[in-house]
Amino acid sequence: MTEFFQSLGLTYEAAWAFATLSGILLIALPLMLAVAMIIYVDRKVWAAINLRRGPNVVGPFGLLQSFADGLKVFLQETIIPSAANKGIFILAPIVTFTVALAAWAVIPFDAGVVLADINVGLLYILAISSLSVYGVVMSGWASNSKYPFFSAMRAAAQMISYEVSIGFILICVVLWAGSFNLTEIVNAQRGHGFGLVNGYVFNLLLFPMWVVFFISSLAETQRVPFDLTEAESELVAGYQTEYSSMSFALFWLGEYANILLMCSLNTLLFFGGWLPPLDVDLIPWFDIPGIVWFLLKTFFFFFMFSWVMATVPRYRYDQLMRLGWKVFLPLSLLFVVVISGWLMVTRYGA
Amino acid sequence: MDYLAQYLPILIFLFIAAGLSAAFVFLPMGVSRLTGAHNPDTEKLSEYECGFPAFEEPRSQFDVRFYLVAILFIIFDLEAAFLFPWAVSLDLTGWPGWITMMIFLGELIVGFAYAWKVGALEWE
Repeated sequence: MTEFFQSLGLTYEAAWAFATLSGILLIALPLMLAVAMIIYVDRKVWAAINLRRGPNVVGPFGLLQSFADGLKVFLQETIIPSAANKGIFILAPIVTFTVALAAWAVIPFDAGVVLADINVGLLYILAISSLSVYGVVMSGWASNSKYPFFSAMRAAAQMISYEVSIGFILICVVLWAGSFNLTEIVNAQRGHGFGLVNGYVFNLLLFPMWVVFFISSLAETQRVPFDLTEAESELVAGYQTEYSSMSFALFWLGEYANILLMCSLNTLLFFGGWLPPLDVDLIPWFDIPGIVWFLLKTFFFFFMFSWVMATVPRYRYDQLMRLGWKVFLPLSLLFVVVISGWLMVTRYGA
Repeated sequence: MDYLAQYLPILIFLFIAAGLSAAFVFLPMGVSRLTGAHNPDTEKLSEYECGFPAFEEPRSQFDVRFYLVAILFIIFDLEAAFLFPWAVSLDLTGWPGWITMMIFLGELIVGFAYAWKVGALEWE
């Protein structure tokens, strides 16, 4: 994009600054729009599975429902409890939303369409997504109220537990791709399955890791069946209990931005990112812009998230921790050993 | 310069994201004062409880297992941090690198098995 601004007669530095700023806005604003629409999709999918209609009043087919909700919370009063630690209380939603947005800086939407094409992109995502636990802990502590406190404790323990196995799964993918750069990881998946299908998911050794990654991403974003932090029958609204107005909505927006991030990571790491499903040029797959494939795949994963939410009952907390520590952690560790050993024998051994 | 050009967009993005979120938090506060929605009273500002004043201090004791999970997390996250550079340099280190890492993993698995056996992973 720098070249485009340079062709308008700007110096390189000015063109670079304009290109970066417009790139940031082109990620952040559509992302917020996407989050608003994806909340609507979520509600529509649950409604359809429950044989209800879902939101259908505001706008055609209820499409403007999220914007109406947003306007409502925007005009509401911000309540800061008198017992709360006010600074941290206000800072918590800011941290949550900032972190949720910032992770998108390294996501490639198409070949070369990425804000910062750094060589440790996956490591950056891992680092930023582990920061999101701070927003939760800060809100729970600063609220100085019983239910948010318990909920923040649960949320922190849950997020760090599943982050361990997510780290090992990422190592499996990195081992196979030989790079932390997300663009290179996607390119390495081209024709990976039998020289025909694009995506690591068609690899017999990586397929189990994708299943574990998908379930872990549900747990990491605190979706059903792992939404114990917002178990409304025991913890009211979890760590958001004391929040109101836009501060409350920011937790929601951040949560959905994180869910979309996890969906896009599923796409990028296991389903070939912006590549079409098949690596054959018989059908004009490659004429469709890569970003369309990327968004379609991401949307498909979001649909799976909603589908799970509408059909699966909630886990108990001990079951959740058992699954994380006693099943996923040994399994992903075993696969790190198996995959690296297999690669040593077949690829690097000679 | 190369690294700066790569990482500066991320830093700018961070600042813009923080500014955006701060605006989202502070603008409604101003708007609610203008529209008259801002009307706090003692009941509204008291902490949430099911219709009565809270009996006890909210920051009371909590289960020690949360602490144990945090300790275990630090160990395994550090382990993952060692695995990251190893994973991208497997072609350079070859078999010696692989075997060394397997020994390292084996030691950690012994520790993990011990934690499992003494019940650090039990929740009931």
